[in-house]
Amino acid sequence: MSSEQIQQRTEPAVYVYEVPVRLWHWVNALAIVVLCISGYFIGSPLPSVPGEAIDNYLMGYIRFAHFAAAYIFVIGFIGRLYWAIIGNRQAREIFLPPLHRLGYWGGVWHEIKWYLFLAKEPRKYTGHNPLAVLAMHFIFVWGAIFMMITGLALYGEGSGYDSWQYQWFSSWVIPLFGQSQDVHTFHHLGMWLIIVFVMIHIYVAIREDIMSRQSLVSSMISGWRTFRDHRKVDDGR
Amino acid sequence: METFYEVIRRQGISRRSFVKFCSLTAAAMGLSPAYAKKIEEAMETKPRIPVLWLHGLECTCCSESFIRSGHPLAKDVILSMISLDYDDTIMAAAGHQAEAIVEETIEKYDGKFILACEGNPGLEQQNTGGMSCIIAGKPYTEQLRHAAKHAQAIISWGSCASWGCVQAAAPNPTGATPIHKVPDLGNAPIIKVPGCPPIAEVMTAVITYMLTFERLPPLDRLGRPKMFYSQRIHDKCYRRPHFDAGQFVEAWDDEGARKGYCLYKLGCKGPTTYNACSTIRWNGGLSFPIQAGHPCIGCSEDGFWDKGGFYDRLSGIHQFGIEENADQVGMVAAGVVGGAVAVHAGVSALKRSKDSSDE
Repeated sequence: MSSEQIQQRTEPAVYVYEVPVRLWHWVNALAIVVLCISGYFIGSPLPSVPGEAIDNYLMGYIRFAHFAAAYIFVIGFIGRLYWAIIGNRQAREIFLPPLHRLGYWGGVWHEIKWYLFLAKEPRKYTGHNPLAVLAMHFIFVWGAIFMMITGLALYGEGSGYDSWQYQWFSSWVIPLFGQSQDVHTFHHLGMWLIIVFVMIHIYVAIREDIMSRQSLVSSMISGWRTFRDHRKVDDGR
Repeated sequence: METFYEVIRRQGISRRSFVKFCSLTAAAMGLSPAYAKKIEEAMETKPRIPVLWLHGLECTCCSESFIRSGHPLAKDVILSMISLDYDDTIMAAAGHQAEAIVEETIEKYDGKFILACEGNPGLEQQNTGGMSCIIAGKPYTEQLRHAAKHAQAIISWGSCASWGCVQAAAPNPTGATPIHKVPDLGNAPIIKVPGCPPIAEVMTAVITYMLTFERLPPLDRLGRPKMFYSQRIHDKCYRRPHFDAGQFVEAWDDEGARKGYCLYKLGCKGPTTYNACSTIRWNGGLSFPIQAGHPCIGCSEDGFWDKGGFYDRLSGIHQFGIEENADQVGMVAAGVVGGAVAVHAGVSALKRSKDSSDE
């Protein structure tokens, strides 16, 4: 009899986030934390260290952390793009939002109403909700591309004229912005955009985990999306 | 026509000094020692390039720098080259006699002379209700256009001619416009030699290169000679070890300033400025701003005059009305979003407790 009781408590579940997506999410999150902290201290360095220059390498280590995390971020992003091509449907969502579909915008509108406390409950989605797709695509994906391009352009300045970073990025990005200092300023503003995104992302993930009809936070750990009720998953259709 | 070598020998300069100049110039241009011989040869055999040196809206700091070219010989070579033709601030001739030289050069060396521009034209001066920068009764813009159409190449000396500089600072009432953006200027290639002023040795080397190799020096995407503008001040700064160590001057009179720490925190623009100051230095290799304890202000970069304080690390962002930097803007944005998140979370919690009590 006990097994029947267990079955009654079981929530319907679907496997949405494959291993590479989850791995990327958490590696990427860690890289962003390191990038923001080290990046902030590159712009506004810590108080001077005492002693001889030869015995210290603080700024060097901070910059190394920034560049190392940046390469992890870039390589992770490329790997994630690859997985968007060969992975499941949910792996593609944030890269190709179905902006041309009217039903999608209806979903966005419903989600906005849900956040404005005007809708009684949100719809059920196996992947991201439409508003989340919109934010992830335009703020995170394009924000990340902007940060990678400007970041590599700034890195190319140091690695020099003949480096691939200079040839591929610095050579056109810096004239495009006017001068190096402008690229620094926009790269810096990009950091704050990502920070604002992260704040909202974490808040919304926790809120939806509590208030919506489906799991959020645990899904990015286990890969399984569980639902609180047995009603149909509409997925915006 | 006389060669450089004949002119300088006539001026009583020894062959030894001449050879020294050639070697130094080759080294400054990043050429191998073999090229010193080539430069020597060119200077001895090729006729001097006629140069017209025009002055628009500027402060003459480029000329001042030029005549202080570190090696004594450079000064003599260049002065003898230019005084024969036209440079209104340092030429002997004046008035109609001086202006006649411009026409004469254009006629005699059509398509062969180099037009050196110091300063830029103000294209919208009529909007301010008056005119300035009138040369021989005509606006400078006309003289510039006339000469440019007959020139072999145009050298934009300094940040005025290259980027616009201080007279082009917002709101730029006179419409001061860098040479490469002036319409109707003909097809002569433009070399930018930015800096306020450019380094004297860089200026002489650019002309020497053109004489020796009979072509323009290799230019980067922004039109600057690669050999002098492909590295940042920061890349070759002698205070760089202090930057890497994390040792900064925090205030003008602190211990760090006395010890010669990195000036990054006092707004040094070395990390974003492409120029050769930290390698060639100034006044015959004597010093450069950072060596004298002052941060680089980025004078060879486009728009350096409109990026907020010279002594601020982060650029000012004017679009936000008052002077802000990226961190201030970002922190306000994060603060607003954080506040909104907190309020939203509070309302969500209230709604949830209400909903559950309703059930």
